[in-house]
Amino acid sequence: MFKIVRRRDLNPTVIMMDIEAPLVANKAKAGQFIILRVDEEGERIPLTVAGTNKKEGTVEIIFQVVGASTLLLAHKQVGDYLQDFVGPLGEPSEVEGFNKVCVIGGGAGCAIALPVARALHENGAKVTSIVGFRNKDLVILEDEFKEVSDEYILMSDDGSAGTKGLVTNALEELLKKGEKFDRVICIGPLIMMKFVCLLTKKYNIKTVVSMNPIMIDGTGMCGCCRLTVGGKVKFACVDGPDFDGHEVDFDEAINRNKMYRDFERKKYEETCNLFKKEVK
Amino acid sequence: MPAKFNMRPDKNKMPSQDPKERAKNFKEVALGYTEELALDEANRCLHCPKPLCVEGCPVSIDIPNFIAKIKEKDYEGAYQIIHKSSSLPAVCGRVCPQESQCESKCVRGKGPNREPVGIGRLERFVADWHMNNSTEKAVKPQSNGHKIAIVGAGPSGLTCAGDLAKLGYEVSVFEALHKAGGVLVYGIPEFRLPKVIVQKEVENLIDLGVKVYTDTVIGRTITIDELFEQGFEAVFVGSGAGLPKFMGIKGENLNGVYSANEFLTRTNLMKAYTEDSETPIAHSKVVAVVGGGNVAMDAARCALRLGAEVHIIYRRDIEEMPARKEEIHHAQEEGIIFDTLNNPVEVLGDENGHVCGVKVIKMQLGEPDASGRRRPVPVEGSEYVLPIDCLIMALGTSPNPLIKKTTKGLETNDHGCIIAKEETGETSRVGVYAGGDAVTGAATVILAMGAGKKAAKAIDEYIKSKNK
Repeated sequence: MFKIVRRRDLNPTVIMMDIEAPLVANKAKAGQFIILRVDEEGERIPLTVAGTNKKEGTVEIIFQVVGASTLLLAHKQVGDYLQDFVGPLGEPSEVEGFNKVCVIGGGAGCAIALPVARALHENGAKVTSIVGFRNKDLVILEDEFKEVSDEYILMSDDGSAGTKGLVTNALEELLKKGEKFDRVICIGPLIMMKFVCLLTKKYNIKTVVSMNPIMIDGTGMCGCCRLTVGGKVKFACVDGPDFDGHEVDFDEAINRNKMYRDFERKKYEETCNLFKKEVK
Repeated sequence: MPAKFNMRPDKNKMPSQDPKERAKNFKEVALGYTEELALDEANRCLHCPKPLCVEGCPVSIDIPNFIAKIKEKDYEGAYQIIHKSSSLPAVCGRVCPQESQCESKCVRGKGPNREPVGIGRLERFVADWHMNNSTEKAVKPQSNGHKIAIVGAGPSGLTCAGDLAKLGYEVSVFEALHKAGGVLVYGIPEFRLPKVIVQKEVENLIDLGVKVYTDTVIGRTITIDELFEQGFEAVFVGSGAGLPKFMGIKGENLNGVYSANEFLTRTNLMKAYTEDSETPIAHSKVVAVVGGGNVAMDAARCALRLGAEVHIIYRRDIEEMPARKEEIHHAQEEGIIFDTLNNPVEVLGDENGHVCGVKVIKMQLGEPDASGRRRPVPVEGSEYVLPIDCLIMALGTSPNPLIKKTTKGLETNDHGCIIAKEETGETSRVGVYAGGDAVTGAATVILAMGAGKKAAKAIDEYIKSKNK
């Protein structure tokens, strides 16, 4: 069992937790993920490691409530225990040897983009962070990003925070001004990563994306998380989750993520009703 | 011992759930011998002076003597004899391919229309008797102070752990998933091997003093080198076969196309067949399973129980299927359709990116190939479309790459299998042993157990010689 030692609600649906898991904390690097189960009957949920505290032996996770399992997780408080917490899984992100990197985060994806930005910063790279949200209420980790970025650009769909527009607008503007990046690292919704990659391909800048397909075991056994990258089948759990964004078949990935949408919606509603009953 | 043997040519039939009934539930298919049937079957054993059956057993169970104990109605005595050689008797009695092992050597099976003694069924009877009646717990032997680490709580790892624990070693088993058992819990379905039986076998090992750490991925959470730093003197790697193979045909990544591993893991480990499971699975109308091994049969029979019409697509003839005859027979009884001498060439999708059909070509048998089986060759112009809404690929797996990636000096072959000596499990790294599917590629539970057993013996000899 793994204890929740800290909890902070970043916005109404995005929650940060520190979990006591010394072995994982000792090993986890930026870009890797863990799998947790809330209880004995729970689903295996993959979440990217947002940070670690080796001294304390804790691992920070940030998740958005999107379905039944994350809703259950969101109801856990400091002092509660999680049934399972395993990792670190996947290959760490490449963060060494860069001069100037643009890190792009979208929505809850910023939670994953932040540790990568931090690791790049610690390795001496100049970091430009472009983050995008739907509106001001959803903005997360602003201070944390600023701390590790040489430049921080905030975008929102409705203009209620930072500049109105998409992350691609901000990136294109920088590139048009002649800004040079060794690499773009982009983490967020699939559709956003797709369009960032289309843009950077035009400018011929290598772009790495972090893929989050549906997973079960996360250790290279079930093949559920397969993607087509450069025309070949790759498994996000052992070959990734980072891939060359110019090689990823995003349309296929977008389709595969929809596989259980109806089931997930039904389960989510059931779980919502369950909690409503408890409140009564 | 009775004066007269039972000389009937055929073995006692296994009582089973009615095929029509069981096609709709996940309860165990084979119900097990009653005491009466077991005694009658035991009497078919002639107690050959040179028992060939033992030679056919990968873990060399003393078969004639455990059967002799059944005849005496000393079922606990029979269990103790099996337990000396096998750490998982209730599992082996159910999933071993006895027809190609112990029973294939039995003299009672020689000649037309003659069947061997039902050794597997008797083993299961004894193991189940012990589970239901014995209150004696296994006792942890006096410790010899030496620590051994086992990677993977599947059949080879659990066997190796059990054998070493019995010798007094301090054994720790590290398992990546949240449950111990490996393929016994994620792969083999409930109706063939109830999970409570696996659980009990694991508990037996814990009683013997074995420590089981779930949620620990060796190679990631802890590396093999770190295990040595922590004071483990030897490591056995039984990490299993992992990455599923696909055919490389168009449309394989459409929604509704599963690897057998995924379909079975969702169904078995995550219990997606139960109504309140949090883990989803496709409840399809028509499912095609590609492949002819035991895994293909398991996946097909799970899909059937989830309510689908199921086709098995296999490129050779039914006689050449690598699955156990019993499994094929069970699948046929349950109404699974065998489209043999057929091979998929393309998966077709609908406008929502979901599989809606599979284009199949008919095959015919040509000249024998390297395996000695006649090579299937496509019949030109024979393509047709089978409308389906789910496709399961059961084409085998290649070993998990994690250990290889993270362990320096551990040699593997071109397929990614760890290179280990067959008789001892020794690898290219001193103190590191390996066995099971991680070495052989996808094979059977009992072969993995045999490898775990041999490695346990070799590890014991290694530790003794090291500490002389």
